[in-house]
Amino acid sequence: MQAVRDFSHYVKDVGSGLSHIDLAVEGVSCAGCMSKIERGLSAIPEVTLARVNLTDRRLALEWRQGAFDPGRFIDLLAELGYKAYPFETETAEAAEAEQSRFLLRCLGVAAFATMNVMMLSVPVWSGNISDMMPEQRDFFHWLSALVALPAAAYAGQPFFRSAYQALRSRNVNMDVPISVGVVLALGMSLVETIHHAQHAYFDAAIMLLTFLLVGRYLDQNMRRRTRAVAGNLAALKAETATKFVSGGEIAQVPVAAIHPGDIILLRPGDRCAVDGTVIAGRSDIDQSLITGETLHVTATQGTAVYAGSVNISGALQVRVSAASEGTLLSELTRLLDNALQARSRYVRLADRASRFYAPVVHAAALLTMLGWALMGASWHDAVVTAISVLIITCPCALGLAIPTVQTVASGAMFRAGVLLNSGDAIERLAEIDRIIFDKTGTLTLAELDVVNSASIPPEIFELAGQLALSSTHPVAAAVARASKVTSPLAGVVEEPGQGVHVLISGEEVRLGRPSFCGADRLANEILIRDPEVSVVALSRGDARYVFAVRQLLRDDAQAVIAALQTRGITVEIVSGDREPAVRAAAQSLGVGEWRAGVTPADKIARIEELKQQGFKVMMVGDGLNDAPALAAAHVSMSPISASHLSQATADLVFLGKALAPVLAAIDFSRKALQLMRQNLWLAVGYNFLAVPIAIAGFVTPLIAAVAMSGSSLLVMLNALRTRGVAHRRP
Amino acid sequence: MEVLVILVPLALGLGLSGLLGFLWSLKSRQYDDLDGAAWRAIADDEP
Repeated sequence: MQAVRDFSHYVKDVGSGLSHIDLAVEGVSCAGCMSKIERGLSAIPEVTLARVNLTDRRLALEWRQGAFDPGRFIDLLAELGYKAYPFETETAEAAEAEQSRFLLRCLGVAAFATMNVMMLSVPVWSGNISDMMPEQRDFFHWLSALVALPAAAYAGQPFFRSAYQALRSRNVNMDVPISVGVVLALGMSLVETIHHAQHAYFDAAIMLLTFLLVGRYLDQNMRRRTRAVAGNLAALKAETATKFVSGGEIAQVPVAAIHPGDIILLRPGDRCAVDGTVIAGRSDIDQSLITGETLHVTATQGTAVYAGSVNISGALQVRVSAASEGTLLSELTRLLDNALQARSRYVRLADRASRFYAPVVHAAALLTMLGWALMGASWHDAVVTAISVLIITCPCALGLAIPTVQTVASGAMFRAGVLLNSGDAIERLAEIDRIIFDKTGTLTLAELDVVNSASIPPEIFELAGQLALSSTHPVAAAVARASKVTSPLAGVVEEPGQGVHVLISGEEVRLGRPSFCGADRLANEILIRDPEVSVVALSRGDARYVFAVRQLLRDDAQAVIAALQTRGITVEIVSGDREPAVRAAAQSLGVGEWRAGVTPADKIARIEELKQQGFKVMMVGDGLNDAPALAAAHVSMSPISASHLSQATADLVFLGKALAPVLAAIDFSRKALQLMRQNLWLAVGYNFLAVPIAIAGFVTPLIAAVAMSGSSLLVMLNALRTRGVAHRRP
Repeated sequence: MEVLVILVPLALGLGLSGLLGFLWSLKSRQYDDLDGAAWRAIADDEP
């Protein structure tokens, strides 16, 4: 029974008789790939658009409606040598992209205004000490106002909005002093211009906005890029299900197109993508992603199965109870909600700094005004001096101090294979002194691997691999993967639930259960030594071989854990798996503290207990059962192989088969936090120097402009040092 | 100083045209794929 692929869910109708689909393409890395794909597809007469986006590794296609089955494009791309998957833009990603464009537009407007106001300001500055006529100066000030006021009103929106929101919830963030400074500087300059005064600060206000927008845009852009990569990876994982369309016909459809009440077919080796109840069939299922338990469970009619379980032996028919979004046990949902609420109370470093900073500078400005008034200056002079204090302290450097470091750090992490989900994860990650690892899928790889390959002759291994390619059983798939062969044998017959066999030059070769191959004695020897493994046997004539298969620890797990311990971080394993398995892993990794058979609620309880003792805990886990614990921890991380929900809950996601990204992320974030603090102190130091000059009333627009750009550059350059973290490989 | 009558509008006009050009390029999505655009510039024309 061959399933039809149904991609209609992803195809959009773009009008004028055209259809559109977005594909995520693996392996596009250069101009050559780009033109190869575009030319290859544009050669088809029905195709009206084929355009590769090299930054996001995506392909947009348009063709005349009905002329082509979208599945054909994927086959064509496969012929060209690229794996492609249909792709649906998530709303979160679309919002990020829109925000990114908006910031760039604001930046363009602010930069244009800065350049032109500067052009008008420099003659005034030099004219003030030479021979400019007051009328000319007024004229230039008016022109500056004409450019700067509308530009600031437009480009300042990101700051004004955020400041307004913060004030409305009776809070202070960095945008409050920024907005106050900009508005007062512009307002005072306008009043001064009307009164033919000598100094106007249009240039300082608009330049401040430009600098800050550069920081914001870079930060936003990095986040958008990370999200695009994460989106592609989600598409490459291609969560599909085999659905009964009508009667006995089946079709391969994306999970998004499955609705409660549908009936799906789970074949051996399939990963279930939805929650549901078995209505027919009998099979062993692997629920390790949900419970952490590596022993298989038998599913028969009436058994509930959850998204993430892998079907091992027989075919099952499942009635869907909840599709992609709602797939979770209610208990887990409740725990998760509680944990997420607790986390939102974290106050970011920038906001903590501004809570301290805003009252201080505003009080300083007020005192300046009162001081000058008491000393007998006119109210006009007192107010102007007070506002110049606000302009000079306007937190340009302070506003850049954190976003610039964050941008550089997230870029460095991105190259090390770590994707950031939340903006403040770097700060929280830098503070941790305790890590709780889940075992299954986190310390171990999610895929099975052959452990005893050294004791099996290479030609037998190759033969087993070729046979295994014809089977869908996960253990056989592991043998096929480990043998690295790519071409299956012809004439292989599968005995359901037993194994596969084939005749090679008159000799029967079998691969399957030990009993199927007559290798029970050999298999038992292996199982007695190591009860955790799964076995598959091969018989050829009289010869018998047994492959032991299990989830292996990640290659560098031991080294990474040792490196974490030398950094003063205590490592602990908390797993839902059985005691012997967890104990064995803990011993081989040199981890002293471990807990086995832990429920999701107990995982949270353990984290709370450590929190009470004053530890900052990081949780690293992948299963659905880890999701609430991931949300409860101070900061959390998931491998890319994790369940959808865990990835969405974790603050960081790491790629690849190694555990090293966890270490790299900690190193980079510690360095980044150190530089953020340093930048804040640089900004404060600058204020220490500049504020007395402003209070004394010596500030001119020229001094304000020089001081502001100087301090901003200093902070930006300092942020670049994040790249240079001496990253020691474990 | 009458030259200002020409120079100032000229300078502002040039700046404004630059800004409009930038906004146009942003709107026509030229900033969506910076990596790809860099390579397209040096790709050979189709035969």
